[in-house]
Amino acid sequence: MQLLTPAGERVASPEYDPWVGDVDDAQLRDLYRDMVVVRRIDTEATALQRQGELALWPPLLGQEAAQVASARALRSDDFVFTSYRENAVAYCRGAAPVELVSVWRAVTATGWNPYSINMATPQVVIGAQTLHATGYALGIQADGADAVAVAYFGDGATSEGDVSEALVFAAAYSAPVVFFCQNNHWAISEPVTLQTRGSLAARGSGFGIPSMRVDGNDVLAVTAATRIALDRARSGGGPTFIEAVTYRMGPHTTADDPTRYRPPAELDEWRKRDPIVRLEAYLTSRNELPDDFRAEVQAVADSTAAELRAGCIALPDPDPLSIFDHVYADPHPALEQRREWYAHYLDGFEAAP
Amino acid sequence: MSTLTLSKAIGAGLRRAMETDPKVVLLGEDIGKLGGVYRITDGLQADFGERRVLDTPLAESAIIGAAVGLAYRGYRPVCEIQFDGFIYPAFDQIVSQVSRMHYRTKGAVRMPITIRVPWGGGIGAAEHHSDSPEAYFTHTAGLRVVACSNPQNAYTMIREAIASDDPVLYFEPKRRYHLKGEVDLEAPLSGQSAGRSQVLVAGTDVTVVAYGALVQTALDAAAAAEREGISIEVIDLLSLSPIDYAPIAQSVRRTGRLVVAHEAALTGGVGAEVCASITERCFEYLEAAPVRVTGHDIPYPPAKAEGHHIPDLDRLLDGIDCALGRPNSRSGMGAGS
Repeated sequence: MQLLTPAGERVASPEYDPWVGDVDDAQLRDLYRDMVVVRRIDTEATALQRQGELALWPPLLGQEAAQVASARALRSDDFVFTSYRENAVAYCRGAAPVELVSVWRAVTATGWNPYSINMATPQVVIGAQTLHATGYALGIQADGADAVAVAYFGDGATSEGDVSEALVFAAAYSAPVVFFCQNNHWAISEPVTLQTRGSLAARGSGFGIPSMRVDGNDVLAVTAATRIALDRARSGGGPTFIEAVTYRMGPHTTADDPTRYRPPAELDEWRKRDPIVRLEAYLTSRNELPDDFRAEVQAVADSTAAELRAGCIALPDPDPLSIFDHVYADPHPALEQRREWYAHYLDGFEAAP
Repeated sequence: MSTLTLSKAIGAGLRRAMETDPKVVLLGEDIGKLGGVYRITDGLQADFGERRVLDTPLAESAIIGAAVGLAYRGYRPVCEIQFDGFIYPAFDQIVSQVSRMHYRTKGAVRMPITIRVPWGGGIGAAEHHSDSPEAYFTHTAGLRVVACSNPQNAYTMIREAIASDDPVLYFEPKRRYHLKGEVDLEAPLSGQSAGRSQVLVAGTDVTVVAYGALVQTALDAAAAAEREGISIEVIDLLSLSPIDYAPIAQSVRRTGRLVVAHEAALTGGVGAEVCASITERCFEYLEAAPVRVTGHDIPYPPAKAEGHHIPDLDRLLDGIDCALGRPNSRSGMGAGS
């Protein structure tokens, strides 16, 4: 499904247009602003890693439309379970800039309290979060609520057993969950063709789950697909599998060197389908992207980046004894004793002449 | 007081927990209409409905992973892993997610998940139906691990496990499911599900520590030894993580001799941990090296030979002889035998 061509031309679709009928130029400008800001965040975080301020960073460069448009289609009471690359989703859910990088500065295991923005701590074990989303959806179902759980994962994750099990469970109970798969074509160095011979959307169909394949660099198509899936889940229709076809224009992480495995021509090809350029072209063609608006967006992006940088550098190292916090919820005397001993051990250094 | 088998006592505890807390939900294979292959959950789906007692697809990782999501949503899931040997597909979700979520989220997200595991051998079963995987989990921080041994503690501990805000692995000794006993259904719960070993028989010559199915074997050993004039103190660990060492250390300071028994393999087992910890605490009181009476370091053998793997009464008495310095199978064999 595509509603905006790479050149920024609107394609009419009797089937999908009704799902985006209310998306006016003002809303598109909002999406544009989000996309520019998250790309600026990505650039800043990458720079911070290069400067030694972050241990690692997983860029989402090229996936802005897939993440922003899907996240902006959600309600605040929906609950999101993502991998570590969904920094644009976290931004849209309301994570503060510094909260996006604190885990990557290695000072904390979570950037935020999951209940504060209804988004779980991003998952590092590939595909594991799809089961959590499915279980959460069972809870929504049992509560009789009409919220939706959304699982974000990549093309590589679809090979994990957990993803298949999540699809089985979701289908079995008709759980209100959306499986949002960003096919960014690369799992570190492995092309998507190593994960599947067909389309990833066919995976969903194979489990009896309605599935869609959309242009993931097209904000309108992603918005339509996500709304269709959410509507189905809210109205008792069960899960949906969305394959958003996009492209990881950067490395897997800042520790990766894609020039070792990726044909340069492929990247050049996808640069022509850049999601921000596409929306820019469309809005410009409608005279809906005036210079003063662009300037305002740039100012927001720059101030967000500045806030991110300042917050990141100000993050303190964790207190040594905090490593013993929250291992258990109920009291655990043996661990308390260990903490006391370790505190005593550390005191020995300070007391030494 | 009611007279119940161990299996019925667990079922009664589950029922009580479901009556008390509407957030308690059960997940597992065949636990609904069938009532579980061991009938532990018999009648619960009929009484509490399919939304609270879920027959799940055959996917152990999903049973645990879905429980993580349910816990995120404020539920208190109780998962049944049909057999000990089928817990491994769920291992990643247990050690990478369940055990760490509270830590990862700085206490924001609790994982009050109970994982019930019909456990251990001695029932003449097919491969993968007699494993003792407890040490994999006692090695993982963030989990609590308990093992019941009689109807009363089975009833109380399943209720405590469910009430705990931490994840609890609850091991059920399959070959004791039919063990009968008096159960006080109103017995008070302790504030936390773990951390209290229990002296079952007082004695003065040797301290025997066991858990699960081997508690009964230890009691039999104490009775047999008594006929020879040897006084055995039997301690049921109940909690394998954390271990409550105080009663064991107190006992060993009096007896000077320690035997630890379990079905699981020797190396890296709970017995190793008990022996090391008690040696650290009681070194100057020990009259002899601690003795481990355990399964061998082998895959679980074909059932016709399982009697050679699981420590029985004779093996335990032999270990007690070793601790007492009496002639025994290890005499002259050196360490490690």
